[in-house]
Amino acid sequence: MRWSKPFVYAAGAAVGALYASTAQAKYFFNFQPPVTPIAQDFLFIHDLFLAIITAIFLLAFGVLLYSLYNHRKSRNAKPATFSAPTTRKLWILSFIPILSLMFIDYVVLGIPSFNSVLAVTNTSHHKLTVVVTASQWKWHYAYPAYGIQYTSSLSTPTDQIYGDARKDKHFLLEVDHPMVLPTNEKVLIVLKSADVIHGFWVPAFGVKMDAIPGYIRKLWVNVEKPGVYRGQCSELCGVGHGFMPIVVRAESSAGFTKWVASERAREAATQEAAEKTWSKAALIDRGKQVFDKNCAACHQPSGLGIPGAFPPIAWGHPFSATPAMLADLKALGFFRDGKIVGGPVKNHIHIVLDGIPGTPMPAFASQLGDADIASVITFERNAFGNNSGDIVQPEQITTARPKSTKHPK
Amino acid sequence: MSVMDAHAGEGEHAPRGITRWLYTTNHKDIGILYMVFGIAMFLVGGLLAMLIRAELLTPTMRIMHPELFNQVISVHGLVMVFGALMPLTAGMANYLIPLMIGAPDMALPRMNNWSFWLLPPAAILLVMPWLLNLFGIGTGTLDTGWTMYAPLSIQSGPGMDFAIFAIFLLGLSSTLFSINVIVTVLNTRAPGMTMHKLPLFVWSWLWTALLLIAVFPALIAASVMLLADRHFGTHFFSAAGGGDPVLWVHMFWFFGHPEVYILLLPTAGILPQILATFARKPIFGYNMQVYSFGAISLLSVVVWAHHMYTSGLPAAANLYFMFATMAISVPVSILFFCWFGTIWRGAMTFETPMLFSLGYIVLFGIGGLTGLILSDAAADQQYHGSYFVVAHFHYTLFGGPILGVIAAIYYYLPKLTGRMYSEKLGRWHFWLTVAAFNLTFFPQFLLGIDGMPRRIPDYALKFAHLNMASSIGAFFLGASQLLFLYNIIRTAAGWGKPATGRVWEGAEGLEFTVSSPPPYHTFASPPVIR
Repeated sequence: MRWSKPFVYAAGAAVGALYASTAQAKYFFNFQPPVTPIAQDFLFIHDLFLAIITAIFLLAFGVLLYSLYNHRKSRNAKPATFSAPTTRKLWILSFIPILSLMFIDYVVLGIPSFNSVLAVTNTSHHKLTVVVTASQWKWHYAYPAYGIQYTSSLSTPTDQIYGDARKDKHFLLEVDHPMVLPTNEKVLIVLKSADVIHGFWVPAFGVKMDAIPGYIRKLWVNVEKPGVYRGQCSELCGVGHGFMPIVVRAESSAGFTKWVASERAREAATQEAAEKTWSKAALIDRGKQVFDKNCAACHQPSGLGIPGAFPPIAWGHPFSATPAMLADLKALGFFRDGKIVGGPVKNHIHIVLDGIPGTPMPAFASQLGDADIASVITFERNAFGNNSGDIVQPEQITTARPKSTKHPK
Repeated sequence: MSVMDAHAGEGEHAPRGITRWLYTTNHKDIGILYMVFGIAMFLVGGLLAMLIRAELLTPTMRIMHPELFNQVISVHGLVMVFGALMPLTAGMANYLIPLMIGAPDMALPRMNNWSFWLLPPAAILLVMPWLLNLFGIGTGTLDTGWTMYAPLSIQSGPGMDFAIFAIFLLGLSSTLFSINVIVTVLNTRAPGMTMHKLPLFVWSWLWTALLLIAVFPALIAASVMLLADRHFGTHFFSAAGGGDPVLWVHMFWFFGHPEVYILLLPTAGILPQILATFARKPIFGYNMQVYSFGAISLLSVVVWAHHMYTSGLPAAANLYFMFATMAISVPVSILFFCWFGTIWRGAMTFETPMLFSLGYIVLFGIGGLTGLILSDAAADQQYHGSYFVVAHFHYTLFGGPILGVIAAIYYYLPKLTGRMYSEKLGRWHFWLTVAAFNLTFFPQFLLGIDGMPRRIPDYALKFAHLNMASSIGAFFLGASQLLFLYNIIRTAAGWGKPATGRVWEGAEGLEFTVSSPPPYHTFASPPVIR
């Protein structure tokens, strides 16, 4: 076979057409519609790759089918005896598939990939900074320039996850408090983790980065289209890994300014809620909501926990776990004679605020406001048959808080 | 046949009873033990996969709690890699390498016994925490995925300690066996069996053994450090004490990436031999395949961080690992080229081993090509940790090594048992496996591209249809393996037609010069190699 000129032109045109078509084409086999320049780059690379490997696959599969059809004993094929290319020309031809693969690797795919890798890490000239802190199993967003910070966690009710309740449209991809970003602005996202490795992934933005305890990671996005974009944690981080979605609302710059103002008003209202005195019924009401959202994943909606792993909240129920965990619970007054019992209010507040180090119980001090913590403790001490009648008011939490986590003004 | 005649009547004094298997130093017995263990673990791992797919059939937590789900996926991974695939390929090596090189046995027979008998305790250690949990002790087995990323694995319950000790035993077993393979191949070949005449399967295991010895220590060391972090107050991996969680990821994948090739190479070695048999043609490109095995092995230890593109490595590191990873496509494509060359212009027939070998080429081909996509450090941000990766590694590991092992079992079963398996059942097994496999794993490519993360017990509604398809495929895939089990059992029970010594019309190699089944001791005096 000789490399005729028309063949070379045809091959060149094919590669050119591939580039052109993948830039525009929409396959069914595709990413979520990209809304950042990086996501567009990735989609282009993905489509190009996909077209190339499909072509390689079809070509090879065709050769295989041809051989399977023709070189079979039932068609009286006589087996050849060669065990290597037999002529110099065949040797040279054998290198063509290998060389073209290297050309595809290092030139056709290598060059756009090279540029994209550099583009992703270029975080210069950003306007806004958002600090994202992952923890088991929620996201915390902080906007240092505006003094806004809040926690964002799954808002899907547990009866949709564990039961047959009708599921919402955005089942498991909805949160109580989405992240909000301005459009057409380069935003730097500073990524941290409070406990284990998590992964920040919003497919429409193209970016994915692990949040690693002890490290600060940076990535950037420039969202070009207003809308709501949904993603999930992408590194296994424990029981709640499937239940910590990321929801981002992209607003025009006017909308973003309005949101900043409303957030500040909300922070003020939280402060006010923390300062007022609540009725028992109101505390229990609010406490149930807080419990379902923050506690039920481990301690279960029934309050019965999971044997061996997560203690029941319902007092009088037996519990066994590692000696270290039981010793901690006993020292705090919540465990006696193999059973969970109602410990002192002071220690209950301490557990919720500071967590129990060395166990999966996290510290909620920086994640929940005073009114939320007071109401969830009141709820726990009066629900699941624990009719203790105890009431905890937000101001008790305010005084018990470690100084560093005083809720921001 | 001359070899058999020379040793007619030798070595038919196999001991009987349970002690035969406990104390055996015979490579064929140990090979069979390895393979039986591997198949048993394949069924255990498969059962766990069925549980995973049953939970993911519809979007609601129905049969498991998320904690148990995490434990099931972790044990599924470890059991399939260390319990099923590695023992299956090691069993093949044990049985076949001495036969293929004309040696009377493995070079270190007592150590051979130990390398097998370390495995069952390791498997028990992995599963025992579940039994203890039934009695209210502990929290079940490890729940961190088979990758055991710190600090999640530091936080995890006592099941993690059991897993760490299981890894110690597995590491010891693999290392002892690898030493045995290397010593056997280098020192006990029959006169005239030069390195350039070694069957490709022996070459591939030589490289596998070298790789195992090179990389398993990294995992063992990391596991010791993890154990120390968990109980002795050290802080290798815990950021709270100044440690580095990324260090675990580096050490794990320094072992974990070559591990993929440890699983792959033995079947890449057996594949051309099967293709040549049924194409009735010599193997194409023997030398190139030997060099490719070497190139793959060497490259595999310098590309590990392509599993870490999203962990925030500097751009220079990402670029290096991307371009180094792409280089692996060269020796792998040479292997494909040689496989095509082996069947090209042959006179093929399509017995079950041939069908599985061709299935291997196509499905592993898809796995390899999607691996090319994944090598891209930039776009990998969209694939990393998604179902795309799950689909990719099942195409490479099930479509490759597992189909390869099945092909090899059908190919050598008549040799081992002296009986032909049922060809009809074998063909059913093949077509059902391939159809169900694609129904299970192809939708997972689409799920990953649409943004579904892996290792989640419950998922958004938009993923529902493809997950249901995948689950249904998985149930068929699991059920079809029962055909395989039945076929093996009925052959071993002596139901099939008697097999000849050569078994297959086109079969070449010393193992086909002895009777089927081979005598208990073979090649007590070395065969003559032409």
